[in-house]
Amino acid sequence: MQILTIVLQIAILLAIVLLHVAYATYFERKIIGHMQVRLGPMMVGYHGLLQPIADGIKSFFKEDIVPEQADRPLFLFAPVICLVTMLTSLAVIPFAKGWVLADINIGLLFIFAMSSLASYGVILAGWASNSKYTFLGGLRSMAQVISYELPLGLSLVGVMMLSGSLNLTTIVDSQGSSFSSMYLFPQLIGFFVFFVAMLAETNRVPFDLPEAETELVSGYITEYSGMRYALFFMAEYIGMMVMSSIGTICFLGGWNGPFEVPFFPPFWFILKVYGFLFLFIWIRATLPRYRYDQLMALGWKLLLPLALLNIFLTGLFKILVH
Amino acid sequence: MTETKTVDIPVQNGDEDRYQLKLGPQHPATHGVLRVDLDLDGETIVECDPKVGYLHRGFEKLAEHRTFAQNIVLTDRLDYIAAMSNNVGYCEAVEKLLAIEVPERAKFLRVMVCEMSRISSHLLWLATHALDIGAMTVFLYCFREREVLLELFAELCGARLTTTYTRLGGVRQDVTHSIMAKLDQFVEKFPSCIEEYETMIDTNRIWLKRTIGIGQLSAEKAVDLCLTGASLRGSGVDYDVRKHMPYAAYDKMEFEVPVGETGDTYARYRCRMEELRQSNYILRQCIDMMPPGPIVGNDAPDLVMPIKPGKQLEVDVHAGNALFNLIEDRNVFMEGDIYVATEVPKGELGFYFISDGLGRPYRMHIRSPSFLHIGALGTMGKGVMVADLIAIIGTLDVVLGECDR
Repeated sequence: MQILTIVLQIAILLAIVLLHVAYATYFERKIIGHMQVRLGPMMVGYHGLLQPIADGIKSFFKEDIVPEQADRPLFLFAPVICLVTMLTSLAVIPFAKGWVLADINIGLLFIFAMSSLASYGVILAGWASNSKYTFLGGLRSMAQVISYELPLGLSLVGVMMLSGSLNLTTIVDSQGSSFSSMYLFPQLIGFFVFFVAMLAETNRVPFDLPEAETELVSGYITEYSGMRYALFFMAEYIGMMVMSSIGTICFLGGWNGPFEVPFFPPFWFILKVYGFLFLFIWIRATLPRYRYDQLMALGWKLLLPLALLNIFLTGLFKILVH
Repeated sequence: MTETKTVDIPVQNGDEDRYQLKLGPQHPATHGVLRVDLDLDGETIVECDPKVGYLHRGFEKLAEHRTFAQNIVLTDRLDYIAAMSNNVGYCEAVEKLLAIEVPERAKFLRVMVCEMSRISSHLLWLATHALDIGAMTVFLYCFREREVLLELFAELCGARLTTTYTRLGGVRQDVTHSIMAKLDQFVEKFPSCIEEYETMIDTNRIWLKRTIGIGQLSAEKAVDLCLTGASLRGSGVDYDVRKHMPYAAYDKMEFEVPVGETGDTYARYRCRMEELRQSNYILRQCIDMMPPGPIVGNDAPDLVMPIKPGKQLEVDVHAGNALFNLIEDRNVFMEGDIYVATEVPKGELGFYFISDGLGRPYRMHIRSPSFLHIGALGTMGKGVMVADLIAIIGTLDVVLGECDR
């Protein structure tokens, strides 16, 4: 009976998240459209509201082409790795008090593990397609993930030190419910490093080198079509959501808001996550792309020292206070 | 009896470690069908070898079988982004060969459409250059203004891109009040638009990092590589055909030639942005100073395909025959050769004719700036990273229709 409940919960979570992913694409296209003096999707449904569903149906019924020279099993499997790891990390995210599938003690670590695994999908996709552009895309992704995983992890060490836990619910609880007690303020450096590394981790502008369309055509997804392409797409958006959720939980006080919303406790959480998503999109509409070596320099020479400095300052603060 | 020979193909040392990438001809950043063969060491380019010819249509040979008047249509398809400039360049050359006088109003109209097409070409350059480097929004902002100009072209001569606006001895249609009013509005508004583009990328740290010091060329090197236009001026060489060998009504216009200093991608970007302002200023002068009068010269009546009112010729006469008659009447300037250069948005566009007096070019050669600019790519692309190569292709401002002809 308990297993049945859990399966049901998982199914509900998946359905809701996938719906959100579909509408996150709509959200992005609309916002970026209006930022670029055009309208975005308008034709399918009222103001294009049914566009994500039409896109889903389209990619589902498209032919799934596997290149002849490709490493077939890996080629077929790579998008699945990406999507599954991203979906798995959803399990530990608390959407509201008690609204979490698996309230484990190492939640933060678990999410890092999963998002690192996702890069295997990207690298394997680049390798298995047996095409020059995808290979370069895979290489770039590998280098990028290694360089940015470190500052990303270290930027959150300060949060761990302040809350004394890796459990995401505990992290939110230890921030309290008032505006000024959010970790954003004592961890400003950490938040900055986290935010930049988060953009790189999810392959978004200005760090979208693995799929830089004007250099590598489409990077590691060049050879993919139909639903497998859509899987990568979904993985990218779920990745954005997961990273936004971590940002919300670790720096913005999670589900706590100015007042309690009756019947729907995750209201503030979702609002904050969408705030993050808006930032992602805003940045995409504004900034050019970094070059490969500049990206590396930024990661190793600026973000990593800043993250270490943040840890040092946090530790010093803790010693002085106690 | 045949003898088999074994041939040793020399392999350079270290070649096995290189990663060979054929960039294009179908690639989103090659501005058409340019192909660049790259030898990569990691992401650094060791060898860079541009390959052209994927858009070759044989215009120079084709022109030998068509009359001078018929060839105007071909020039639309050279640099299809700034077809007006090509039309003017071609007609200026032929008129010099045949000594046809162009009335004052037509000269001003030519300058006007030239500068309009320069703005629209530079806008497209800025849009794609920014898109290549990853700034997506500039692309659509530029197209917003370019659309206004293309609509004006359509109102003026019925086509947005393949304009065929000029005629030997003048231009085909006169401007209407509506066109002038719209153009006036555009000229009034455009400087604020340029500022808008600049606020988006000019001081952006990533943009500066991606353009400053990239594709740097010294003045001597740029001259050696036969660069012209803004690509040359970015390196600090003050050379502009409009200023130094004025044609049409450019000698009556007041404008400056922006010159860069550093010769890198950023300097060329600044040059072109400044040129946008200067072109806008020239357009303002055109509107203010536009003289009245005919738009086709009196001594070139037969060359105008739509018959002018009051000059009834045989309607059925083929334009070629008409030109032939003209040349027979004249009995001058029909033999010999001539090279005339004009300044198109990409650089110096030259037409070289050898004429044997039969009313068609015996040989036509087009000195297209894009072809020479792509030639420079092999030198500039060596030792940079793949992402920089994309920026360099963008900054050279090439159009493959003009390169391959």
